[in-house]
Amino acid sequence: MILVWLILIPLIGGLLAWAFGRDGKNTSRWISLIAVGLGFILSIVLWVRNAGRVMTFSAERPVAWLEEINLPWIPRFGITFHLAMDGLSLLLIVLTFFLGILSVLASWREIQERVGFFHFNLLWVLSGIVGVFLAVDLFLFYFAWELMLIPMTFLIAIWGHERRIYAAIKFFIFTHIGGLLMLIAILALYLIHGRATGNYSFAYEDLLNTPLRPETARWIMLGFFASFAVKLPMFPFHTWLPDAHTEAPTAGSVILAGLLLKTGAYGLLRFIFPLFPQAAREVAPYVMTLGVIGIIYGAFLAFSQTDLKRLVAYTSVSHLGFVLLGVFSWNALGIQGAVMEMLAHGISTGALFILVGQIQERTHTREIDRMGGLWSTMPRWSGVGFLFTMAAIGLPGLGNFIAEVLVLLGTYRVSVALTVWAAVGILVGTFYGMRLVQKVFHGPNRNGWTLPDLGTREILILVPLILTIVWLGIYPQPVFETFQATMEALQLAAGQTAVALGRG
Amino acid sequence: MMQPADFTALLPFLIITATSVAVMLLIAVVRSHRWTVGLTTLGLTAAFFSLFISLRVAPRQVTPLLLVDRYALFYIGLIVAGAAAVALFSYDYFEKKEGRREEFYVLLLVATLGAAVLASSSHFASFFLGLETLSIPLFAMNAYLPDRKRPLEAGIKYLILAAVSSAFLLFGMALIYAALGTMSFRRIASLLAGDQPMETILILSGAVLILTGVGFKLSLVPFHLWTPDVYEGAPAPVTAFIATVSKGAMFALLLRAQVAAVNPTLQTAALIPSAAAGDPAAGPIVFLIALIAAASMIAGNFLALLQSNVKRILAYSSIAQMGYILVAFLAAGRFAVETVTFYLVTYFVTTLGAFGVVTLLSHPDREADQIDDYRGLFWRRPLLAGIFTAMLLSLAGLPLTAGFVGKFYLVAAGAASALWTLVFILVITSGISVFYYLRVIVALFANAEPAAPIASISFLGRGLIIVLAGLLIWLGTYPTPLIRIVQAMAAGVG
Repeated sequence: MILVWLILIPLIGGLLAWAFGRDGKNTSRWISLIAVGLGFILSIVLWVRNAGRVMTFSAERPVAWLEEINLPWIPRFGITFHLAMDGLSLLLIVLTFFLGILSVLASWREIQERVGFFHFNLLWVLSGIVGVFLAVDLFLFYFAWELMLIPMTFLIAIWGHERRIYAAIKFFIFTHIGGLLMLIAILALYLIHGRATGNYSFAYEDLLNTPLRPETARWIMLGFFASFAVKLPMFPFHTWLPDAHTEAPTAGSVILAGLLLKTGAYGLLRFIFPLFPQAAREVAPYVMTLGVIGIIYGAFLAFSQTDLKRLVAYTSVSHLGFVLLGVFSWNALGIQGAVMEMLAHGISTGALFILVGQIQERTHTREIDRMGGLWSTMPRWSGVGFLFTMAAIGLPGLGNFIAEVLVLLGTYRVSVALTVWAAVGILVGTFYGMRLVQKVFHGPNRNGWTLPDLGTREILILVPLILTIVWLGIYPQPVFETFQATMEALQLAAGQTAVALGRG
Repeated sequence: MMQPADFTALLPFLIITATSVAVMLLIAVVRSHRWTVGLTTLGLTAAFFSLFISLRVAPRQVTPLLLVDRYALFYIGLIVAGAAAVALFSYDYFEKKEGRREEFYVLLLVATLGAAVLASSSHFASFFLGLETLSIPLFAMNAYLPDRKRPLEAGIKYLILAAVSSAFLLFGMALIYAALGTMSFRRIASLLAGDQPMETILILSGAVLILTGVGFKLSLVPFHLWTPDVYEGAPAPVTAFIATVSKGAMFALLLRAQVAAVNPTLQTAALIPSAAAGDPAAGPIVFLIALIAAASMIAGNFLALLQSNVKRILAYSSIAQMGYILVAFLAAGRFAVETVTFYLVTYFVTTLGAFGVVTLLSHPDREADQIDDYRGLFWRRPLLAGIFTAMLLSLAGLPLTAGFVGKFYLVAAGAASALWTLVFILVITSGISVFYYLRVIVALFANAEPAAPIASISFLGRGLIIVLAGLLIWLGTYPTPLIRIVQAMAAGVG
């Protein structure tokens, strides 16, 4: 039942926040804070409870569920309400509620209009995301996948900035069409499996062993991939992302970058290789090439932005390229790196968006040219900003460094050329990092800004992020341990002998 | 000679007929809007519950004209429930109008009777009679507000269209009669299933002509040109009636014919002779239907993008929805019945809900059909706007709503029958359709100056849309009960 509660708490919290929205803005804020806080506590409890647990899995049943619940839902199609959690989903759910708390806190002052409805949407997005990370019935997965889109669209469309409607609709149509292609693929897989075995079922574990002709497997894989690639977003399907990120309110950007993009990466890990090992290996070189293009292209575009938020958005394109690279190298190092990048990018980009939100609240602009010399007037804000810029460009000692090095090591085993180019991408990354630091924090304070530095609430938001990114950079072992069994199971599902990292 | 059991089977028809006469008499005695609506609703409710009595004698062939089986009774139930909802919405709508509003309900009841006849007809004669009984009151209903220009235009357009489509239908029926010498669906099916030499050309052209007539009624591309104008011009509750009851009844008839054609041992009609060979994916008529389906999905969705009038958007969206249904319609046998019926139920709930909101906001003097009428509605009328949003999301096929399960059903049926091209068109166009639904939704949530105050909404109207919204969510999250019913019904046909 604990898994159901992980989904229900934000759902109910959202309804309550909306219902009590009229009694005062703070009521809804506190309700949502309590809801995400409860979710966070629950997920931490799950983590502690399962720490060090040895999972058993075999080639016949290559799944390592820590928790599971399975209820009948629509028997006509063999659809069940089947939730399960392994190390991967556990990590991502902890991240979800962690960033959820920070999103609520970050919008405490920013959102003054229609506060109840805002928190309703915020919590429902979180609920949908948790659903995606937990669903192991493919119909349920698709259900949750689509469910999180609507409240996200509302977040952008109602509380966003100048071109919010355009950005919201673009975001929705891109991801919705991707989702529908996945629906066709899911149905095709379901029908083929049903005809072959007589067991019509949407269960992940059943579908793992579907016999597929190579041609068919390729098409179905592409259907899934289309959806994940748009969400990730992979170059050239990334064009919705800068718009959506730039126009969304701070909390929306944090959730988009920190969590929504991760659902795409999660889908790649959970479904593409385990379900279609052969077809996935065939397309891997092309996908990895696109990943590298994304890394370099994203970094270059980030470099040329004048809008601070847009800059951060393009760095996401760059970083998610690493995830793509790591997943499709499909060896232990690459996958570890990809998961690490998902977590670290969630933290670092989330922090950057919060920082941009804070500066926009004060200066009412996001133009880099209008800033400059902010260190003199806001030393604390600038210091934190400097730290997370360094994290974003992969400075050793911070989480992203570990992730990117692992990805590069993983890629190196597959292709030397791609590794070199990806490393070049990191190099380009330092350009935008340096430019940002130089233009925003340093130099003369030409505009004569005198701004209040961070207040207690704002520091309270940033401290956990700082601690986490440093922790991930210095002692990432707990994360790897949590994920170890899952990774081995996933590799086993993909017909590969599990290679353990650090176990010889 | 008719047996007593025949009358039991016909009970729903008799009750609807009796109600229409009773309402007419009531108007002669006392002109009370409230009483008229009360009696109408009462009659429709009674007709709905009499279905369970008729179910005991089903299936039963009553005269050569009507076949009362589970399938027919299910669709009559849907039609009657839809008509009752329209009657209740009409109460809110016409209550704002002075005088002469009671006759509307007589027309409504007669049209409902026609729809019910269509759903259970097993003969060209009853097909045609049902269609005309449905259409003729609709001319008057379209033009029920004669002091306004648009409704008159809509009425005349609908009149001319219906006359033309009836002519096509009659000619098509005549050709088939000339070729086979019978008008009973059962006889036609057995003749087509037999191996006697036939005049295929006559049958084929007859089928194409009938398809043309049907295409007009269902507003499928390229016979859709009347739809946006009539939807826009007609009073809002009438639009709701045309969109749901009229189209639902036509689909009920068509579906029965399709199942019979694919599986000729079923003793019903066979309007798709080429498919009678047993291969549902072959033959000119099937190809033609596939073409119409694709054209309807593409044209409906793309033209809707260009509209700024909510009723016109819903009109084009309904053209696209009919195209979607045709995809499942082409799927194999029993699965087609199950899918189309399930989708039609969700379509009824959604469309009635959407037009219900439009109706509640409209006046007989002015329809609330501009997007500006909806701007910022959520902040003034959260309930209405929230429900409207849910209905639009359901039309777009998003989770938690009935439309999601419906669309899933459609894609599943298409995929199961390997209609990949059509399924792809469905998916891509329905992805595009989200754009225009979102435009309306975004307007609902926009920041806007409070516009002119909205007329008060009766307890009844409010209750009804809440019920529809509840059904929407229920079907969207736990469709299993309805699936069971629909499966049982489909088993009766196939």
